[in-house]
Amino acid sequence: MATEARAGSHEEQHANYLAIFIYLSVLTGIELLVYAMSFPTVLKVGLLVALALAKAVMVAMYFMHLALERKGLWVIAAIPMVLVAFCYLMLRPDLSARAWTSEHHPEEQIGVHEGAEGAPAPAPPADASNPPS
Amino acid sequence: MSEAAAAEIHGHGAVADQYEAPLTPGNSGKLGMWVFLVGDAMTFGAGIAAYGALRWQNVNWPDPADWLGIRLTAVMTFILICSSLTMVEALSGINHGNIAKMRRFLGLTVFGGIAFLCCQAYEWHHLIWGEHLSIKTSLFSATFFILTGFHGLHVTGGVIYLGTLLVRSFQRAYTAADAKLVEIAGLYWHFVDLVWILIFTFVYLI
Repeated sequence: MATEARAGSHEEQHANYLAIFIYLSVLTGIELLVYAMSFPTVLKVGLLVALALAKAVMVAMYFMHLALERKGLWVIAAIPMVLVAFCYLMLRPDLSARAWTSEHHPEEQIGVHEGAEGAPAPAPPADASNPPS
Repeated sequence: MSEAAAAEIHGHGAVADQYEAPLTPGNSGKLGMWVFLVGDAMTFGAGIAAYGALRWQNVNWPDPADWLGIRLTAVMTFILICSSLTMVEALSGINHGNIAKMRRFLGLTVFGGIAFLCCQAYEWHHLIWGEHLSIKTSLFSATFFILTGFHGLHVTGGVIYLGTLLVRSFQRAYTAADAKLVEIAGLYWHFVDLVWILIFTFVYLI
């Protein structure tokens, strides 16, 4: 019974969806501004990741109603993040050992496979100034 | 109140709490969808983590802007955000017994998904036939096609899922009691939106 009451209360408790939509749109606009600005790389990447995570959390909390669910569900939802962090940290040492740098592999352009079909090092396209838009 | 009555109430409450202690909502379908989404998130997460680790070590990684159209994908992002709004409006419609509103917004959500897929098809067409980029060309292209392709498959699945729900709403009269069906479908659709938000940043902007 309490469960039903709780489930029924979602509708009354729900966030202002239009406001969330506006926040998401504004954050996307800020992302594009940050992208266009010439910040130092670390700052730029940090800002873009923070903005993306903020948007993702807003979608999960308000559109997916995670904010209104029991905290137990939060644990379930957090599991993938822990595993992703673990996966990334496990991969890093291996890739560091390979040291894919231009210093060690000057011939290697963005990881082109040797002998791959049509594998001339893909320089930026001739019409790079006109990507699909 | 007698002690016996108090004990009974206390006991009943304890039983109810114990019953409800499980992780979430008193709706097995919703819990099932969450568990599915968590599994799906692990797949996407592994892909994004591998992409991040590969890219971090590779100083020759190209600037995505040289290959990818940021303006087009910004529009795609906006389309998905709009479709998330229409999805919650569809749920709001059925929660209030307004089936016409639910159908209208569900239809708009499906339309948003199709529009997104059309944009992605255009982008892939440009990259494959215009720039001669393939999954075998480089790590950059391989990770790009795998991540965006896997996400595109999810959007396709979502369009079919929501489209089926919309068609069924015409075949039999939906009532407010069917709101859970729409809510569960909405969870899937918002997850697709959430993943795109991350892909847009990690693959296109950074």
